Amino acid sequence: MAIKTEPITINMGPQHPSTHGVFRLRVTFDGEVVVDVEPVFGYLHRGTEKLAEERTYVQIVTLTDRLDYTASMSNNLAYVRSVEKLGGIEVPERAQYLRVICAELQRIASHFVSIGFMLQELGAFGTPLMYCFRERERILDLFEMLCGARITLSYMRPGGLIQDAPEDFWPALGILMESMPEYIDDLEGLVTSNEIVLARTRDVGIISPELAVNGSVTGPMLRASGVQWDLRKANPYEVYDRLEFDVPIGYQGDTYDRYLVRVQEMRESVRIIEQCIKQIPGGAIQSEAPFFVRPPVGDVYDAIEAPKGELGFYLVSDGGISPYRCKIRAPSFINLTVLRDMLVGWKLADLVVIFGSTDVVLGEVDR
Amino acid sequence: MYGLGMVRGMGVTFKNLVLPSRQFAVQYPNRKISLFELAKENDTDVVSFAINNPVQAIKALAGFVEVPVRLPQHSRFRGEEFTWYEQRCTGCASCAKFCPLGIIKIVTDTSGKYEQDGGKYDIEVFDIDIGRCMFCGLCVQACPYDALHMGSGFEEGVYRRDDLVIDVERLKAAPKKPSTWYRPQIESQNFDPQSDDMREYLDVGRHERPSQDQQVDRWAKR
Repeated sequence: MAIKTEPITINMGPQHPSTHGVFRLRVTFDGEVVVDVEPVFGYLHRGTEKLAEERTYVQIVTLTDRLDYTASMSNNLAYVRSVEKLGGIEVPERAQYLRVICAELQRIASHFVSIGFMLQELGAFGTPLMYCFRERERILDLFEMLCGARITLSYMRPGGLIQDAPEDFWPALGILMESMPEYIDDLEGLVTSNEIVLARTRDVGIISPELAVNGSVTGPMLRASGVQWDLRKANPYEVYDRLEFDVPIGYQGDTYDRYLVRVQEMRESVRIIEQCIKQIPGGAIQSEAPFFVRPPVGDVYDAIEAPKGELGFYLVSDGGISPYRCKIRAPSFINLTVLRDMLVGWKLADLVVIFGSTDVVLGEVDR
Repeated sequence: MYGLGMVRGMGVTFKNLVLPSRQFAVQYPNRKISLFELAKENDTDVVSFAINNPVQAIKALAGFVEVPVRLPQHSRFRGEEFTWYEQRCTGCASCAKFCPLGIIKIVTDTSGKYEQDGGKYDIEVFDIDIGRCMFCGLCVQACPYDALHMGSGFEEGVYRRDDLVIDVERLKAAPKKPSTWYRPQIESQNFDPQSDDMREYLDVGRHERPSQDQQVDRWAKR
């Protein structure tokens, strides 16, 4: 005998331990099965784009730290690249290499956070997260050596970097890069072949390649669906065209593939950094760019491959010391477009895992 | 075989439990200290320390003696309590202009006693509202005379918001332990803000101090 059930709507969030911040999901359940999802966000809105209109170009660097607060270096890089393109500012070669090193270190740190919190939401309470954070701390120590801060870095400036790396940075980086593959092996030994993880993540929350492309999904989520699209390869910026690395892709697009792609990307990042250490030339770290940059009238869009996906800045200049308009293409925000397609049909417990595997950071979604 | 993955995971846990190279945990803010270490810190051996301070020795044996721990931090750490040298500051207010949040307030008096003495303003108010400061360091980058430096402190909480406004008297009285962030001339001297030594205003400039002859050449004979 079939039991007649009524759909019930539940608000998950905005204060919920398994949403990555202040994010609300209005979920309609039929029994335990998700039939409809409506994301509600804006709880962390700080008006970054509007604030940018009354800051000078260098002062906006401090605002970009607070977009994706697990990957400040990538945000800085995306922003200063836009300003350089707008103003036609040259960057010395040493600064470009150091920027690539910073961006790849930040990618490792961001993926550690992402994997750790995904497993935390899966029910592996604490242990994998602590392993991930232990390694991330060592990367943050390196950032402290470079620029004196650990999260809100403000390290990059239009035309280069704020200052050169100290002497003790290079041996510390070498030691960390030697031991990093071993750390990633540790994490994989804990997680990759674990039967509970496999049962909970395999074939869960599948994004088909067509859906991913149509939904403008970028980053590891897109590559897990089997689409080979990486801005570092497709449109090489900085010195990525001189470096040798592979772009890992998944073949199914489920939650497990997204995890595996992130782990493989961390290994590739280690490869990139080791090549950069060998190739980095000497010389200046900052070209002669004034503090009050005055780009000519015009507009520009430039994007980089941030840990979460394509992070782009669209800047419109009216010739003054601050931009007329600053539009941010935030990857975590646009990756949420496929959220409903991913979640409908899965159970409540899977909803948390699938949402965790999208790796959203609410500072970037709400801006 | 089913269950092999969990055995592998337990192997990783065991490896991290045993190997000394994987021990990263630091006890903070206090660390328990053994009797041997306590005697070593007091520059005596264990027996004489136990005879002189029997109460402390018993406490240390039972594990009740703690010493504060300072976490290692790089000399470039951007921290609280800005280091400011009034001898170097001309009151140009570049820091106030470059601050993204506008939290630095400077009031200068142009008719002051320093007017003939190299065109320097008399600084009446120099308030930094550190409660809104985000330690981006743009003010330090902006300072053309290397008068303002980042500090190196942290955990300096107060009970009232008013106490977070650093005024000129507090800036003058603060210990001169500048951070080496954006100050390569201090970094090249291997200065460590964690140690006890301080830097006077003559040592923190980006350029060498001109000698008497150079000053005469530059100013008197022009």
